[in-house]
Formats: sequence, C-alpha cells, structure tokens
Amino acid sequence: MQSTAHAFKDNVEHALVDDNLQQSLALLKVGFSERRRQAVERLPEFEALRDRARDIKNHALAHLDFYLETFEAKVLALGGHVHWAPTAEDARHIILDICREAGARTVAKSKSMIAEEIALNNHLEAAGIEPVETDLGEYIIQLRREPPSHIIAPAVHLTKDQVADTFLEHHRKLGFDKRLSERGDLVAEARQVLRRRFQEADVGITGANFLVAETGSSMLVTNEGNADLSNTLPRVHIVLASIEKVIPTLEDAATLLRVLARSATGQEWSSYTTFNTGPRRPGDPDGPAQYHVVLLDNGRSGVLGTQMQDMLRCIRCGACMNHCPVYGAVGGHAYGWVYPGPIGAVLTPQLIGVEEAGNLPNASTFCGRCESVCPVRIPLPKLMRHWREREFERHLTPASIRQGLAMWAFLACRPALYRRVTGIANRVLALFGRVAGRYGWLPLAGGWTRYRDFPAPQRGGTFHAQWRARGGARR
Amino acid sequence: MSARDQVLGAIRRSLKRGALSGEARAAVEAHLREHPVNIVPARTAGTHEDRVRLLEQWAAFNHATTARVVAADVPGAVSDYLASNNLPARVVMAPDPALDHYDWNSRPMLERRRGLPEDADRVTVTGALAGVAETGTLVFASGPEHPTSLNLLPETHVVVLREADVVGPLEEVFTRLRARYGEGVMPRTVNTVTGPSRTGDVEQQLELGAHGPRRLHILIVRD
Repeated sequence: MQSTAHAFKDNVEHALVDDNLQQSLALLKVGFSERRRQAVERLPEFEALRDRARDIKNHALAHLDFYLETFEAKVLALGGHVHWAPTAEDARHIILDICREAGARTVAKSKSMIAEEIALNNHLEAAGIEPVETDLGEYIIQLRREPPSHIIAPAVHLTKDQVADTFLEHHRKLGFDKRLSERGDLVAEARQVLRRRFQEADVGITGANFLVAETGSSMLVTNEGNADLSNTLPRVHIVLASIEKVIPTLEDAATLLRVLARSATGQEWSSYTTFNTGPRRPGDPDGPAQYHVVLLDNGRSGVLGTQMQDMLRCIRCGACMNHCPVYGAVGGHAYGWVYPGPIGAVLTPQLIGVEEAGNLPNASTFCGRCESVCPVRIPLPKLMRHWREREFERHLTPASIRQGLAMWAFLACRPALYRRVTGIANRVLALFGRVAGRYGWLPLAGGWTRYRDFPAPQRGGTFHAQWRARGGARR
Repeated sequence: MSARDQVLGAIRRSLKRGALSGEARAAVEAHLREHPVNIVPARTAGTHEDRVRLLEQWAAFNHATTARVVAADVPGAVSDYLASNNLPARVVMAPDPALDHYDWNSRPMLERRRGLPEDADRVTVTGALAGVAETGTLVFASGPEHPTSLNLLPETHVVVLREADVVGPLEEVFTRLRARYGEGVMPRTVNTVTGPSRTGDVEQQLELGAHGPRRLHILIVRD
C-alpha cells in the first residue's frame, strides 16, 4: 500500500473535521476499552499472564531460527510446503506462483495485516486473479477501495448508513436491490453474498496469529468463522505469516490466547480459534489438498538484537490504539500506512523508513496508556522516543524545532538563567492570560494553538519559586 | 544463497551466534518435549460437577445454549430443540460412530443424513472431542468421522457433548490430543468454538451468524 505517513499533519486536518469518522471514533472510546477492563477484572491471573506472555515471546525471539526450522520440518513431514520470503516482493511472487499453478481465478482471503503490508491484493488483481476479502469489515472496505483503519476492526471508521450505501451500490447487480437499515440485515446479506464467493474460490489465503513449532500448526483467531471457511473449502490453503509469529508449544499458545482476545475485544475467548496442521489427511472428507506456509521476513530479522526488538513481541490485538488519545482523535487512516496507533508509530518507521514516517512517533502525548494495556508489555513510549532520537540524529527534524530545542537545552544547562527566564515568562504570560485562563494564540507557538488552547499559568509563580517559598529542601 | 539461508543467516547475525548447538540446543529441545504448563486460571479448579457448571455458565455468556440430558433422551432433545426454534426436523449428522450410541429410531420423524453438509442443510449434529469449562469452548478434531465443514456451514449447530469429556482448562485438551494422536501430532484441523459466529464490524455492535452458525446448542449427556 502506498504510504501517506509523510502527510500525517494534512491527514489529521481532514480527520478532525470528518463527521462520520468522529461519530465512529466516539463509539470506539467506550466500546473496546470498557470491555477490556471488564474482561481483565474477571480474570485475577491476567497480570501474571501478561508477564508470562512477554517471556514466551522473548524466548521465541531469542531462539527464532531454531523454532522456525522446527516448524518447517513438521510441516514438510506432513506433506505441506514452506516458502521463505526475505522481502515483500519475494512473498508476492511466491503466492502468485502458487495461485497460477492452481489455476486460480478467485481467492478467498481472510483478513491479514501482513497481506496489507505486502499489498497482496493489488498484485493479485494485476495478474488477473480476484481476491475476495471475507472478514465483514475488510469486505466493506474492499468494496469502498479503502485501506483498513484499525488492525482488528478495519471498518471501524464507517457508520451503518455508509455500509448500507456501499452494499446497495455493489450488491444491486447480484439481485439485492433494497437499501437496508438494520445491522442484522446487512450482516445477513453479506453472509449470503460471501457464501457464494467461498464456494467459487480456488485458493484460500489466511494470515496466522501464531505458528506452533511443536506441532507445525498455524493458528487463526476470528469471531466470524471466515478464516475457517477460507482454510476448509478451497483446494489450496496458503498461510502468510511473518517470522516472529512462531512460538514453541501448544501450552505457550494457551497463555498467549488468554491475553489476546481479552486485550483485543474484551472477550473471554474468540468464537473461533483454529489449529491447522498440514494438508487434508487420507480419509478426511474435507479440507485443502495443498497447504503452503509463506514465512515473511521483510526487515524483521534486522530488528532482532537491537534496542527495538521489543516491537517483535506484538500479537496485533489493537489494545494500544483502542486506548490511545491520538488514535481516538484522528482514527487510523491519518497514520497513512498499514499499522496505525502506537504500534504503527513504532513499526512503520522500521518497515518503510523514518524519513517517510518520522511524523508518527511524534504523534504521541506520552501518556503511557498503550504500554499499560499491552498484553506483551511492549514499552511503546520508549520505542517512540527512540525513533524521535533517530530522526533528530539524521537531521530530519524541521529547523524551527531544532532551534527551539537548542534554545531550551542552552537554558536547561544553566539553572540560574533558566529560573530567571521562566520566572519572567511566567509573569508575562500570567499578565495576558489571567482573565480567560487560556490563550487561543501565542507567539512562536502558532502550530500548537491552531488546534487547542494553551493553559495560562496559575498564580504563585513557577514550581521552583513555590518550592523555595514553601521552604522546600535544597541540595 | 537460498531464501531460507538468507533469512536464517540474517536472524543468526542479529542474534550474534551460529545455529544452536550443545547445551543451548538441548535446552530448547527439552522445552518442546516437555511442553510445561504455564499459568492455569484458578477458576478451572474444583470437582467435575463444578466444571460442568462452569462450562454452562461461560457457554451462556458467549451466547450458546445448553441442556443436560441422559443418553436415552438425546434424540428427543434434538427434535424438541428444532421444534422450539421453528426449524425443520431434518439434520445432517457427523459420520461419527460415537453418535450411534443414541437411539435415533426413537424419533422416527427426525430426518437424518450422515456426511458433508450441503447448501440446503440448516442443522448439523456432531459430537465433540472435549468441552473446555474455562471459557465454555467446544473442541472439534477433523477426521473421517468429523468433517470440519459441519462446524461451519449450517445455521444451527447442535453438539452432543459427553459429560466425561468436559475438561477444566485448555491445557487438558492438549493432553487428550497427545494421547489420541501422539506427541507433537495434530489432526489436520482442530476447531475450538466458543458460542455462535459473530461480528462487531458494523458500528461495533454484536451481530450473531456472520459466516458460521447463528445458533450453537450444547447437549451435555450424563454418563
């Protein structure tokens, strides 16, 4: 997918005045995060499970080569195929070759963020193969030719009325010519349309939530059951997974599953959690004749062993974005590429470069909610700070910010001067802002005050001045 | 250099070591062999009856329905469930010999077919490998006696679960799978199903029956 991450600030301007988007985001703030809170309350072991989940992923990453080889050997022994893809382009070629070999005309796809990352749909379409997204949210945005705006709820930015219009426009030619107004009817119509598409599909492509080295299983977690139809009905099943998805054992999977659904949607367990292991066995009445796993690196191996390795623990639950004030204000599209929210602010510069995506790690209030809810305890604010430092080191930061920081650094290294200057600034600001208690505009801070008011200082002087006045200890 | 060597080589360069060997390798091999249990929620402790009740509770929480029956009443319970939901008395059943234990001829009006589901089939009846009390989850293993598509295609899925097959946490399912199929061996597909199919993709409101069954009814059969 073509990135617009460099245009983050313009994207935000549009997002803030998009009424439909703001209406949808208002629902998000109460929905997912409240349900997560309730689910966590119901499970006293939750915090201990988070620690264990973090440790399992760290252990898997430290032995990644071993577990990938073990997984591969298991799949091969069952008659499955494993393909290694160092780059996105390699993965696209591998998948296209499998589809061509199978004589595929349509492909049933179950939502996969990795497929978005490698822009698989465009590539298949260009080759004359029709990819059909089968997750309801992903199907809606495919019809609208939009990218997903959330990693587990791709159409979360749309209202019911927008979905109804989209269905009428696209389903009319299939004989559905009534504009629907009930949610249940919209879901039922999509079920009918997509059931036919499942039956036509020659190939099913799914992602994987986890790969289990012990058994060679690929695991899928959904609520709709679309991944299961995608891996059961077509003749060929292709699993597209990035290398950091591999974990050691089934028991380790159980621990990760216990934190995944609760963090994502606040469910105790997702409706469908499925283990697929190799192709159809002799005597099996259904299931795919061919089973392929494509293991994608796309830069991840280079993150191992660096300060940024923690990001590879991510299990893509979306809790960080559900709890992020920035995501909650601007939605997912503003981030401009595949992964939005705090994890996107950390992954995107890694995957497509800090030059393109430097804005994203700056779009944070550093409130820390993302880290406090992350099921595998990724220190997201720390990682964002790391990218800000990289950006600064590479002289990608705008001159005005660099000069401002230099001025602040000059003052901060000279405590006496710092206290005098902040004392004066405090009095001057207080003089002009006391009545309203805030400023709608400030010199040198137009970028800030354009979108929000700056609070006026309260009476009593700076913190330093008050500390001294109250007899605080000095060193 | 092959793509495989390229990826594995890059991983090892980043981890600043070669392929695992010696003690380090023995340690991770032992982890796979021993697959230690991590943290199991305390809610799954208790007597077998506690577990059956826990299963009922979480199944209901996840929008499934349950009923406790004795073996002789299974065919009747299926017929009555269909009638009370205005469903036709016609089912497609898994070719599972375990289902032959029930006296289906006691309900001659219940039309039965064994095998794969077809478009017109609205109701499936299958057994289950296990029921997980922890979350009210059913476990289905694929094989000649249990086509996976039976769990997915029809609108209504009636599951006959033996009370003895109710386990506490998910880990006990893995123990059963290893006992039946061998260490490190899985059937092609293991579905774990918790309540009916659902979606929250339109305005984050729950709708049942997205792609899979709209109704999931569990008959818990007393031994």
